[in-house]
Amino acid sequence: MAVDSPVAQLIRADRLRPIELLPWVVAVAAYFLASGYLPLGSQIMIMILFALSLDLVLGYAGIVTLGQAAFFGVGAYAAGIYAVHVSGEPLSGLLVGAAAAAIVGAVSGAIILRTSGLTLLMLTLAITSLLEAAANDATPLTGGNDGLQGVAINPLLGLFDFDLYGRTAYLYCLVVLFIAWLFVRRLVHAPFGQSLVGIRENVVRMHAIGTPVRRRLLTAYTVSAALAGIAGALLTQTTQFVGLTVLSFERSGEIVIMLVLGGTGRIYGAFLGAAVYMIAQDQLAEADPVFWDFWIGLLLVLIVLFARGGILGLTDRLLLMMPRRR
Amino acid sequence: MKLARLAAAIIAITALAPAGAVAQTVKLGVIDSYSGPMAGVGEQMDRGIRLYMQEHGKDLPPGVTLEIIRRDDTGPNPAVAKRLAQELITRDHVQLLAGVIFTPNALAIAPLATEAKVPFIIMNAGTSMITTKSPYIARVSFTLWQSSYPLAEWAAKHGIKKVYSVVSDYGPGIDAEQAFTKGFTANGGQMIGAVRVPLENPDFVPFLQRAKDARPDAVFSFVPAGKQATALMKAFGDLGLRAAGIRLIGTGDITTDEELQNMGDVALGVTTMFHYSAAGNRPANVAFVKAYKAMFGQNQVPSFEVVGGYDGMAAIFHVIRAQHGKIDPDRTMALLKGWKDDASPRGPIYIDPETRDIVQNEYLRRVEKVNGQLENVELETIPMVKDPWKVLNKQ
Amino acid sequence: MEAIVSILFLGLAYAMILYLISVGLSVTMGLMGFVNLAHGVFAMAGGYITVTLMSRYGVSFGVALLAACVAVALLSVVLERCLYARLYGAGELEQVLFTIGLVFMAVAVVRKIWGPLPQPIAVPALLSGQINLGFRSFPTYRTFLIAVSLVLTLVLWLGIERTNFGARLRAAVDNRRMAESLGINTGQLFTVSFALGSGLAALGGGLGADILAIDPGYAMEYLVYFLMVVAVGGLGSIRGPFVAALLLGIGDTACKYLVPQLGAFFIYLAMIGLLLWRPAGLFGRA
Repeated sequence: MAVDSPVAQLIRADRLRPIELLPWVVAVAAYFLASGYLPLGSQIMIMILFALSLDLVLGYAGIVTLGQAAFFGVGAYAAGIYAVHVSGEPLSGLLVGAAAAAIVGAVSGAIILRTSGLTLLMLTLAITSLLEAAANDATPLTGGNDGLQGVAINPLLGLFDFDLYGRTAYLYCLVVLFIAWLFVRRLVHAPFGQSLVGIRENVVRMHAIGTPVRRRLLTAYTVSAALAGIAGALLTQTTQFVGLTVLSFERSGEIVIMLVLGGTGRIYGAFLGAAVYMIAQDQLAEADPVFWDFWIGLLLVLIVLFARGGILGLTDRLLLMMPRRR
Repeated sequence: MKLARLAAAIIAITALAPAGAVAQTVKLGVIDSYSGPMAGVGEQMDRGIRLYMQEHGKDLPPGVTLEIIRRDDTGPNPAVAKRLAQELITRDHVQLLAGVIFTPNALAIAPLATEAKVPFIIMNAGTSMITTKSPYIARVSFTLWQSSYPLAEWAAKHGIKKVYSVVSDYGPGIDAEQAFTKGFTANGGQMIGAVRVPLENPDFVPFLQRAKDARPDAVFSFVPAGKQATALMKAFGDLGLRAAGIRLIGTGDITTDEELQNMGDVALGVTTMFHYSAAGNRPANVAFVKAYKAMFGQNQVPSFEVVGGYDGMAAIFHVIRAQHGKIDPDRTMALLKGWKDDASPRGPIYIDPETRDIVQNEYLRRVEKVNGQLENVELETIPMVKDPWKVLNKQ
Repeated sequence: MEAIVSILFLGLAYAMILYLISVGLSVTMGLMGFVNLAHGVFAMAGGYITVTLMSRYGVSFGVALLAACVAVALLSVVLERCLYARLYGAGELEQVLFTIGLVFMAVAVVRKIWGPLPQPIAVPALLSGQINLGFRSFPTYRTFLIAVSLVLTLVLWLGIERTNFGARLRAAVDNRRMAESLGINTGQLFTVSFALGSGLAALGGGLGADILAIDPGYAMEYLVYFLMVVAVGGLGSIRGPFVAALLLGIGDTACKYLVPQLGAFFIYLAMIGLLLWRPAGLFGRA
């Protein structure tokens, strides 16, 4: 039997398996069946995109960061300021958000990625906090603590108005997420993505085989920042408002929790984690908003103790336990 | 026999008729902060709502029920608040929206209120321009200009010539600073300095030291009510500002009733201007405080957020009663404009028909020890203050 | 001049509290290699226990502090043996998430029991008001804080540098394997130093209740400051957090006084600068 070459393995992994279409089927079905929940659906998809961006740096490249909200926030504000001062056209606004976040990602990455561990963690935190303080101060541009208002978004493609029921917003987020997903999927199944995994697992080895480690990490960081920026821009455009909390430490922490909940380093962990967290929060927080923190905390503790790979890790183990088909 | 049956049928039908045939359910969506760092404040507002419902639930017109749907915005989260408002409107089909602690949340919801034509009664958020953002917004709480501006006028007329301002760096703080500055300078006073304190800041010492260096007659301050106010008070004491002959004045947020006991005697003599004090001896307030303690505990003290929730419900009940439960958005706004309540715990209030904002008494208070407890004793009343920012900015 | 003295003095009190709370974190992170973000919970617990003992049971200040210290130290031993020990080999992300989960749980429980409002602290009459130190008066309590913290720091330093236990601890931090092969029971060392660090944090929380208000948000809100002090100071070091706390605490206060517009930025800019200059911390091992 011929041994699979690495390239052949990658190509095989990249082939679309039927189950990978499940999230899209669910999303489209939800549009028709759960029309009262479309605003929630849009925000879930935005969080999924945000979590995907984090998965790239945290799950694949192994960079532990508490500062992903910096890029989300920069994208959100860039798109908002663009809409207020330049043009309400949404698609160009997305690009502006992505570009602004990518620049911040590239610059900050170049400065801080040579550190690691607690130092890197604190640096990511510091950058986010600085941006938050700056946004609070720059009131004429960002609306300061009150938030940026008057973000009027033109109809999408000149045809589809952003309506009260959130229908246009939902489909908009769905399409953007789909494109982003295709992109990330291709990226991680390419040698680039594999090199990130290599860097995460054994960086010394990667240096030894001549991989330009710093450059790869910086590229991953920048791409991830751009994706997070798109998520932020989407939030601005669908809510037509930018609040200071897009740059908060809570936002960074929350997205890490969502990703870990679903399972890191597996793309679909982002889908599952964000969806489960947001739906649970919506339903359970209503029942007991004060104690919601407790359950999340307990969940985290249990995941780390017993279910390291998150939900997907658990399902993997369950599948292993099932009798094999011949 | 047949006649009796017919008579019975007629009586039965006429008995049913007056109720307007169908029972009406009015749905009210309340967006409040039940979790997150300001959960305490959100809880206060909710208590006001609950107290009012307990006292007046039976005052609804016959056949009309009020369904309150509560949603948690988890803090200053405008994206969440907007989504909740959207869901309340499109999924739960509420006819009225109420609540909201934070300005950004209110601002995010405003366009929805306009687009969906859902009256939005603000029970807390205090930045002046909020009511200009939608013709369907009415506010029953307060604005920072309403307390800071009259305070400035009072200060200028009572021997305070130079003031240094120390406020928290966010919407309400900036409003307070601008309001005080405007009122003070318009009455011959001199602002010798101003500093804005970051919202996340455990220590007021360096900022108050700057104030002390400038040697003002008084320091004007606004910080969020609660532990920041206590920190401010402690720093004021630690730095010996009072010994240096500097007074502390501010809006009532810096000496709220429920936090006052934590501040200790350093708070004595602090003069504030506010629309509510639990120590007010109006009969309506005495009864209100008594009912509050009965419902929530004898050692509990109602704060201004409680009153905001309480009076907001009074306004809502008014529009429900006047329309017999059939809520029409424009008619509701017409009813709210000019709505008066002389029996509010804070004194007589009404909603200005021009601006849809609250008009109320402002009380000049001083912290004094009464029966061993610190209280905000009301000294003077400035009647029926309209929001000065809107008055000054009238087009 | 007078203003600067005030600033330095009051900023020093703040810095000392940060130090007391953070030094335990530095040791456990340096020694155990364990990212314990729940450290703030020990300080918070210390604060709550102190305040509750004083206000509800009329216990005196000193006794309440001591009791809080001991109680939290014991609690931390239980936590360490039952939960933390399982994660010693785990990756950094796991430790971060686990301890953050503990923080969430602790915060929710505290909020449920004590409510969301901050706890009133009644400083003993002896320690309130102003004290005349000869050249000018200072707030008595802050003076007391500085004095106590300096004494504790000295005791700590002597303990680490001059005792057998301290020597073993330093050896274990430097090179765990080697220390073990010399017969040092590092597991036991971990537990004891973890308890010490947590007890110190509890002490810091109780003492500092006047400056860092005791409310359910404590563990999360001030976590960033503790982490900053430890990261800048250098993991595993005793001196590091001291210098870092001084730099950051006094620097922060001074900047807010001199250039208030930059008040919110200074501490983050300073941290970024210091960490980029010395990524392992001022006194850390590279």
